[in-house]
Amino acid sequence: MDAISRVAGRAIPFGAKNVDTDIIIPAKWLKTITREGLGEGAFETIRAEPGNIFDAPENAGAPILIAGDNFGCGSSREHAAWALLDLGIRAVIAPSYSDIFSGNAVKNGILPIVLAQEAIDRLMDVAQAGEPVDIDLDTQTVTTPFQDRFTFEIDPFRKHCLLNGLDEVALTLDSQENIGNFETRRAAAHGWLTTGTQV
Amino acid sequence: MASKPRTLYAKIWDDHVVETRDDGTALIYIDRHLVHEVTSPQAFEGLRAAGRGVRRPELTLAVPDHNLPTTARLDANGVRLPIADPQSAAQLEALERNAPEFGIRYIDASAAEQGIVHVVGPEQGFSLPGTTIVCGDSHTACHGGLGALAFGIGTSEVEHVLATQTLLLQRSKAMEVRVTGALGPGVTAKDLILHIIGEIGAAGGTGYVIEYRGDVFEAMSVEQRLTVCNMSIEAGARAGLIAPDETVFRYLKGRPMAPKGADWLAAVTYWKTLHTDDGAQFDKSVVIDASAIAPTVTWGTSPEDVVPISGAVPSPESFADPSKQAAAAKSLEYMGLTPGTPMTQVPIENIFIGSCTNSRIEDLRAAANVLKGRTKAANIRWAIVVPGSGLVKMQAEEEGLDRIFTDAGFEWREPGCSACLGMNPDKVPAGERCASTSNRNFVGRQGPGARTHLVSPAMAAAAAVAGRLADVRELD
Ligand code: SF4
Repeated sequence: MDAISRVAGRAIPFGAKNVDTDIIIPAKWLKTITREGLGEGAFETIRAEPGNIFDAPENAGAPILIAGDNFGCGSSREHAAWALLDLGIRAVIAPSYSDIFSGNAVKNGILPIVLAQEAIDRLMDVAQAGEPVDIDLDTQTVTTPFQDRFTFEIDPFRKHCLLNGLDEVALTLDSQENIGNFETRRAAAHGWLTTGTQV
Repeated sequence: MASKPRTLYAKIWDDHVVETRDDGTALIYIDRHLVHEVTSPQAFEGLRAAGRGVRRPELTLAVPDHNLPTTARLDANGVRLPIADPQSAAQLEALERNAPEFGIRYIDASAAEQGIVHVVGPEQGFSLPGTTIVCGDSHTACHGGLGALAFGIGTSEVEHVLATQTLLLQRSKAMEVRVTGALGPGVTAKDLILHIIGEIGAAGGTGYVIEYRGDVFEAMSVEQRLTVCNMSIEAGARAGLIAPDETVFRYLKGRPMAPKGADWLAAVTYWKTLHTDDGAQFDKSVVIDASAIAPTVTWGTSPEDVVPISGAVPSPESFADPSKQAAAAKSLEYMGLTPGTPMTQVPIENIFIGSCTNSRIEDLRAAANVLKGRTKAANIRWAIVVPGSGLVKMQAEEEGLDRIFTDAGFEWREPGCSACLGMNPDKVPAGERCASTSNRNFVGRQGPGARTHLVSPAMAAAAAVAGRLADVRELD
């Protein structure tokens, strides 16, 4: 995954609440066996309507999406993150996310930024006016050309992974010895766990 | 000194911590991993690209379910029929290739044991109390009905579990949903969980693991508990749990992958310790009176949009929150409903009985019980029953349930996810309504433009007979 420290540019003033992953990428697009090319199906039902926000020429290539509460709820499909990425989105700003979605976003180099609703409202105005938004992961700030400066919280491990583009599997494999020791202890205490699985 | 009282969630969590990081996240060991064809191809691809193998292949079980057609799988000579949709076929082929390549047990599409992952896991005794269970599917919460900590994960996490048998997780908060009183006649586990979601809200459980507590759950069969826990995710919770008890032990004993002999005895001894201690603290408690619940249906496009069948379509203005008002107005437009319409006057054209929420033998019995000696109304165009697994299907056929369904005008299908999400050819046409026993009424979930009303199996059967949403308690 690509390292990410700053995302700056146009933000799509979407703002909708409870956007579920069926809206982000409908089920029929899940039939792929690769991670690429899903941008075409992103927000398909919304984009079927003429004049929709995603196909507005001024939003072409916008790297930021502003959304409402509980973004990415519903299905666990990681295709939602892949679809956003394929669309060119590198950061989402919303008051809250489903747990699974924000995890998936980080694993794919998308910043899921949490800001209070008042900050979102302000950023919606900024985006609607066509002005850019600037996100700096290092300082954990979101700024605008109008002196706005919002700080956001992010889990330090997630931040570390995003800033360095780290592959989580490789990181965990550093703990192989601990995992092995745990397995030995667990097998001794709970032999029933493994016997049941023998074919 | 006695140790501090702990919740059931805390006990399972504590028993799976491999290591704790400075930032409070923990590496959690995963005991059981279910894999299906939709969310796994990219994970296996990732392993191959990095030259990695599967750490404990015997702890993963693969079974295709999401986009298998539910029409006959074999021809008259027992030869497999091709899948018409090339993309579905490609996903199935990928799993068939990946499972043996990585040494993972695979249940073939035409095997009697094949079914929806969340039906197969408990049925095979693969899912066990006190274990951590994951699957690239949000309804993994289902297995919490056995007293397991079970939750859905994304594809990167699927890859992570395959490679390391662990996940890096932040501990959730613990929520208690305490249900007092008993359910009335005709009110089922599905009605209860729909009602609970209506109370908590679709995001109310975000950041929590829910433990369902109270006599109601103790009185429930395993099938019913699985139905309740299944929809925890619809309240935003990552997982739902019910403490395992004799009902669970009886259900699991003798299942193919469940422990046997002395292992079984040791397991049960441990499982009996898995309950919330007296005095343990929950981060949040919700109390619900079961006796006040009626058969429950959804009117909108979020699972929190519930109303008793005796109620009416709400008006957007009836909600306090302005954003909910806007969402309700949009939902009603999509659903083609007018505020004030009694729910029992909402006509239905399609019936879907199936999904990991309600496709087990008890669900089919409940629906068949209503349909016995009755037929579907003339305006029902399409009514299908999709058993949760081949074994459920066989059991139902042994009991003659298939005949009751077909006599009532239903199609009797092969197991799979089917119209729950419409990845296979089973879809609800745009603009038409479906009384569905599945778990999601999202826009387009059952097909583009499809209008879903979530109901229990008995209520789906009642809707089939009446040709509209109907109160199963009032069917003549
Ligand atoms: S039946 Fe529906 S909810 Fe259950 S696993 Fe299949 S698609 Fe997911």
